[in-house]
Amino acid sequence: MSKQIKRLDRVIIRFAGDSGDGMQLTGDRFTQESATFGNDLSTLPNFPAEIRAPQGTLPGVSSFQVHFADHDILTPGDAPDVLVAMNPAALRANLGDLPRGATIVVDTHDFTTRNLTKAGYAANPLEDETLSEYAVHALDLTGMTVEAVKEFGLSRKDSARAKNMFALGLLSWLYGRPIESTVTFLQKRFAKVPDLRDANITAFKAGWNFGETTETFVVSYEVKPAPMPTGTYRNITGNLALAYGLIAGSVQSGLRLFLGSYPITPASDILHELSKHKAFGVTTFQAEDEIAGIGAAIGASFSGSLGVTSTSGPGIALKSESIGLAVMTELPLLVIDVQRGGPSTGLPTKTEQADLLQAMFGRNGEAPVPIVAPRSPGDCFDTALEAVRIAVTYRTPVMLLSDGYLANGSEPWRVPELSELPEIDPAFAKEPNHGVVSLRDGSTDARSTNGRGAADGSSANGRGAADGSSANGRGATAEKREFWPYLRDEQTLARPWAIPGTPGLEHRIGGLEKGDGHGNISYDPANHDFMVRTRAAKVERIAESLPPLDVDDPEGLAKVLVLGWGSTYGPIGAGVRRVRRAGYHVAQVHLRHLNPFPRDLGEILKRYDKVLIPEMNLGQLAMLVRARYLVDAVGYNHVRGLPLKAAELAEAIGNLVADAEGIDVDLTGDPDTVNATTGRNES
Amino acid sequence: MSATDLPLPVTRSGIELVPPLEEGQTQTGKDFTSDQEVRWCPGCGDYAVLKAVQGFLPDLGLRRENIVFVSGIGCSSRFPYYLETYGMHSIHGRAPSIATGIATSREDLSVWVVTGDGDALSIGGNHLIHALRRNVNLTILLFNNRIYGLTKGQYSPTSETGKITKSTPMGSLDHPFNPVSLALGAEGTFVARTIDSDRRHLTSVLSAAAAHRGTSLVEIYQNCPIFNDGAFDAVKSPATRDEAIIGLEHGQPIRFGTDGFRGLVRDPATGGVKIVDVGDGPGQVSPDALLVHDAHNPDPTTAFAISRLTDAGRLHQAPIGIFRQVSRPTYDDLARDQIAHAAAAVSGSKTERLAALIGGGDTWTVA
Repeated sequence: MSKQIKRLDRVIIRFAGDSGDGMQLTGDRFTQESATFGNDLSTLPNFPAEIRAPQGTLPGVSSFQVHFADHDILTPGDAPDVLVAMNPAALRANLGDLPRGATIVVDTHDFTTRNLTKAGYAANPLEDETLSEYAVHALDLTGMTVEAVKEFGLSRKDSARAKNMFALGLLSWLYGRPIESTVTFLQKRFAKVPDLRDANITAFKAGWNFGETTETFVVSYEVKPAPMPTGTYRNITGNLALAYGLIAGSVQSGLRLFLGSYPITPASDILHELSKHKAFGVTTFQAEDEIAGIGAAIGASFSGSLGVTSTSGPGIALKSESIGLAVMTELPLLVIDVQRGGPSTGLPTKTEQADLLQAMFGRNGEAPVPIVAPRSPGDCFDTALEAVRIAVTYRTPVMLLSDGYLANGSEPWRVPELSELPEIDPAFAKEPNHGVVSLRDGSTDARSTNGRGAADGSSANGRGAADGSSANGRGATAEKREFWPYLRDEQTLARPWAIPGTPGLEHRIGGLEKGDGHGNISYDPANHDFMVRTRAAKVERIAESLPPLDVDDPEGLAKVLVLGWGSTYGPIGAGVRRVRRAGYHVAQVHLRHLNPFPRDLGEILKRYDKVLIPEMNLGQLAMLVRARYLVDAVGYNHVRGLPLKAAELAEAIGNLVADAEGIDVDLTGDPDTVNATTGRNES
Repeated sequence: MSATDLPLPVTRSGIELVPPLEEGQTQTGKDFTSDQEVRWCPGCGDYAVLKAVQGFLPDLGLRRENIVFVSGIGCSSRFPYYLETYGMHSIHGRAPSIATGIATSREDLSVWVVTGDGDALSIGGNHLIHALRRNVNLTILLFNNRIYGLTKGQYSPTSETGKITKSTPMGSLDHPFNPVSLALGAEGTFVARTIDSDRRHLTSVLSAAAAHRGTSLVEIYQNCPIFNDGAFDAVKSPATRDEAIIGLEHGQPIRFGTDGFRGLVRDPATGGVKIVDVGDGPGQVSPDALLVHDAHNPDPTTAFAISRLTDAGRLHQAPIGIFRQVSRPTYDDLARDQIAHAAAAVSGSKTERLAALIGGGDTWTVA
């Protein structure tokens, strides 16, 4: 039988089933097949916080959405073109997200009265009008799976568990995916259990063959590879890229990596991954609590390692006092916050970016901390390296704000050449840096070797500090060399990092206020004022090392600027494209550095009549930008535990463009906003 | 999840991997005295401990730059400022976790924690028990004055019930911790108690604690002359101390009291130990039948039973000495061993391996 092949430019598939049905694995395999095939892609896993919620219920539904295309795409997609539903609950939980005309592949096996009731269906939706607006393929996937694998003599339960592979095989056929990588994967995964290995491979191939031979499917689809810059690619999740970035930071700086961490969703995978890489000299310490995790990391940093702690929002709350200690002791430290829905325990497995103000201000006293945020899963690698650079160069804790979507979502990532990575010099102090000069009159005066970096001059009034110039003109007789732990580098304002084991540099640091230069305890009012301003000035100095912002305003005609940070990069970019495709002008800037802001941000903001700041919070970056630059930025805010939707964002941008330019904006010129269903873009 | 047998490193001293002084070099207490003015209250027991530590550190024969003192918050936690070593005066209760990071990342450092009853047992209780459980190579000096000094006189987790303080005008309600019992319950491998004013005993215990590889916990009874003066008079006063101190020495029968009139035996009725009169008379126990102190017993039960002889209320009697001293692999040694094993199993430079790592997995090439 010859089948028709239709070409599509992009497809969004959502695999949904019970949390025990293996939907994450199924989605991940489909993603790998698509990546190997060369599509651009973006994924969105979505699963309950419970490990196994009651079977067949709505709270127990787990899903995995993958968007793949023959062109550069930015998001996992707003609405699925295809839903694969393994039971009634999966159908019911996801139906509301489907546009009319979408395809539904549904396993009919569990559509029993009992399971329908559990899912909240009074009648079988496969037999009434519920699904009349969709293209439905109602198939007994479980039954066909059990039949296909019966030769292996597995229990009925074990046989039925291979149904996800049958579904994967069917979808792989439907979209012309290469299947070799999945076969290899199954061979490895079940290498020790030949029965299960063979059953899963057989089910997978049976699904493929079912699509190929049955008349249920008369059409299969093709999504060509996407053009991408040359290089070696792999599919990567944010947490994996982040872990690799930390190892790269360790190698590039020559510092041993020490992770002190307490397990927490969605950050634990960073701990898991790093624990596999001891051969790189990586120490992973699973602490008794969040506070001990950062405490041990601070201890490791004090002793000359690259101290890192990883957690999510609730953990940051617990670590706040310790972050303040790292601010005061001016030690390099990475604090990774994989944000999730809050407050309190909130939504452990869902995404949000509502910890920005916590990162910025969540400590007692004036305790400035640099903040960086990755924009995509692959960007977690570069952002981790940048965080290491800042922490080591400026001797400061650095907060890295990832989120649940970046952590678990994946995208194709061009593997960088090592020559592209920055060199990071820890520049440990080796020698005393300060001379105490004995004078003829018996008094002493002090002289710093490397000068002292002053904070902004305006704030330096009245500080009681050593100043070498006063020694001029008096006869020095002898000089004794000392180590002053708070003498600063003039350019970066960083203090020296002298690690235990270095003779002659013995010193004490701690949480009490430090005297400028010598670093001894000081309660002097003018000194405290000076030190507070100096710590702030040091963080502000980081901006001098940042490249100019990339302003995406192709024709330079936009009056509206969309400003974002973190994982909203994808949806914002997709929204901006839709507006541009409909014929309007809009500019986009995305921030990696949230503290300090890049030096050119203020000037860029003032170029535009309107500034829109979309965030998965109630307006935290908007608050900072308004306060800092007196710009009347407008927020676009959702906290649904899910990424922002490109279509809705496009509408918000369109409204602002209409307002700013005094025109009517009609986005229906963009084909994507009409109706995103399978086959709509056949060409 | 499966378990794996970890290789047991050979028993070694707590300071074995710390570089010693060069041949012919000597140190005195002055080498360990920083230029900072000591600012405790007049008569504070902390002075005596500081002097003892400054006097004792040269005996270790270690390079000064390889010694680190970490403290939390409280009067005693000012300790590191006064020592010419590396040091960190950290935040309340967290010193054991910071010290764990230091000890785990550097085998060549001798790491000390200075803490108090509030710091170690109240806000930092969790870190203390977990350091003991892991047996990180640290020496913890727990200054117990049974009161909050730095915050001016509230009751502490070791204060006797009913203590009248600023925050408890009608008497405190909490039952106190016995730090030695707690440490033994957490399976601490070295647990001892000493007294601030007994420099000879203090020094001998510190010496044993430093030599022990693993977490050594030394409780130091320390008088606060301002807010809890006389709390330890029973064990300090020449008039009462013979009756009050139950001295522990490994391998010796536990015998104390004026003229050695008292001793310890096992008590079959409770499973614990009890105090008996020693002698030949009726109701007395022969010296041969006394319990012989075995600090090396792998089972902490008897050491725990002995620790229970400490008064929970006002102190009249307390065992003093090394309760437990057993060998168990340390967390930091095991962590370094895992890294060494993993590193030995791979070849190539870190740079080459990094390239292989990030370029691994299912990859494809776009030409």
